[in-house]
Amino acid sequence: MSLPTQVLPDHHRHCDDLFVAAEESVQRSDWAAAAPAFARFRDQMQAHFEAEEAVLFPAFEAATGMSAGPTEMMRYEHEQMRSLLAQLAAACAARDGDTYGGVAETLLMLMQQHNMKEENILYPMCDQALGAEAERLGATIGAMLEPGKT
Amino acid sequence: MQPTLSFEQAPPISVPYRFFLTAPLFGAAAGLVLALLGPETLQSRWSPGALAMTHLIVVDFMLQAMCGSLLQFVAVVAGANIWRPRLVAAVVHPLITAGAIFLASAFLFEQPVLFLLAALVFVAALGTFLTVMAVALLRTPARGMSIHVLRLAVFGLLVTVVLGASLAITLGLPEDLSPDWPVLALVNVHVAWGLGGWALMLVIGVSYLVVPMFQLTPAYPVLLTRALPAGLFLVLCLWTLQLVPGPGGAPAWQSGVALAGVLLAGSYAVTTLWLQSRRRRRQADVTLKLWRGAMLSLAAFALSWIAFEAWPSLGESPRASVWLGVLALPGLFFSVITGMLYKIMPFLNWLHLQQQGGTGMPLPNMKQMIPEASMRGQMRLHFAALGLLLAAVVWPALTLPAGLAFTASCLWLERNLVGAARVYARFRDSVRAAAASRAAAHSDHA
Repeated sequence: MSLPTQVLPDHHRHCDDLFVAAEESVQRSDWAAAAPAFARFRDQMQAHFEAEEAVLFPAFEAATGMSAGPTEMMRYEHEQMRSLLAQLAAACAARDGDTYGGVAETLLMLMQQHNMKEENILYPMCDQALGAEAERLGATIGAMLEPGKT
Repeated sequence: MQPTLSFEQAPPISVPYRFFLTAPLFGAAAGLVLALLGPETLQSRWSPGALAMTHLIVVDFMLQAMCGSLLQFVAVVAGANIWRPRLVAAVVHPLITAGAIFLASAFLFEQPVLFLLAALVFVAALGTFLTVMAVALLRTPARGMSIHVLRLAVFGLLVTVVLGASLAITLGLPEDLSPDWPVLALVNVHVAWGLGGWALMLVIGVSYLVVPMFQLTPAYPVLLTRALPAGLFLVLCLWTLQLVPGPGGAPAWQSGVALAGVLLAGSYAVTTLWLQSRRRRRQADVTLKLWRGAMLSLAAFALSWIAFEAWPSLGESPRASVWLGVLALPGLFFSVITGMLYKIMPFLNWLHLQQQGGTGMPLPNMKQMIPEASMRGQMRLHFAALGLLLAAVVWPALTLPAGLAFTASCLWLERNLVGAARVYARFRDSVRAAAASRAAAHSDHA
């Protein structure tokens, strides 16, 4: 069974791990390791946004008729995170550890409170709204994302 | 009816900030009361100075900061903004502030009428606050243990206020009019609900979310997340039985119930420290250190309690409960709240500046809101003050430096928080100015 509500929270944890790996390389000023670690983190964040915006949210909106509600807010927060990811990419390219640290701290807070809203509110609402379709969507989403350690 | 899910990120920034910026000033006042009144204050929890100081800390520092945070936090955990946040803050904030001043003055100057005034003001302030919170927390479709624990905490505050108001009425009315209530039992139950049922319950509910979130620790074990609040709530209900005639008043029963509560609190502290030691994000920032200081204080509180039970000659000293009070208030709650403010304010600054449309210009990141060195310095002074306060319970000669150190650490906290609010105001003004000049250029062009 792979419901979106199981696949996506697991992938949140996976992105957390990738975030830590990149941040630790930057803190050690190990830029050779930081660049690929950050690229992997950013790729997975973008894949996650894509899975939600292209697959899960449209299905939820079609099933509930709510297009201006929670999904709109989640899309807005994705935009905020994309902008912070761009700032991190610039800091990484410039090898500016201080800026990277400050922006990473900001991104982490935004990311965590965003995940909390999705996991505690939006995903359970999706489960309810999507019914039998959920499993098929879960498989589609699972194929878009890199599996974590577990 | 399906509740509306606004998913607004936050109430206006002025709503929580007015609470945050007021709180440390009253912590500073509590330290001054101690410094001025001297060693007698710490000799017993019943001294007027100790009672005034305690209420300055629990109401005007803790309650102030906790109400402000909760107004903000509910928007995130419940996914819905609270009803008319501006109006609620405009009513609740000045009333809590006034009520705490009345209450502390009532204890210090032994003025009965001030107790009545305080009771009236608190019932109005917290009645409003609790109603709004209850509506937000009961109507949310959100899942997760945190929501349940926050509901319990809000209920705990309700019980605390009802008992506190009853006590204030008992103390405020002339003896022939005063109701014949068991004051000592009322105090015991009021303190337990205030510290255990409201403040600790709130910290527990919030920690389920923020401890894993800030440092990427593993989640709290599921069994513990359920057993802890349920156990604590049960202990509080059993403790409350001392208000009615029956076995609830028997000393052996009471010490057994209290011990169960203390063991629950201690196991929460140890679990949190263990989770933090297993965090995936290795860097130890000021917030993490303050959380650890808080959890160590809670563990020390539990150990001290057990020691006082085991060696009654220690436990019977009137200073034993002052020792426990120092570990609970400046030790546990003050540290946790300070650590949380150091995360919340920088993040809210960023979030609100971002929403002002500051996309066209570089905004400061979270680490540029309060200088790291200044937070670290304040934290060290706070822990030094905590050490001095504990020492002053044993060696009264240290009371003056302990009070002054505590005042200084609160003033430093205030300076750090005001600094953060100023950074926000400065960037908000420049974001607005930039937007206005863009609009002017646009209309010229047109």
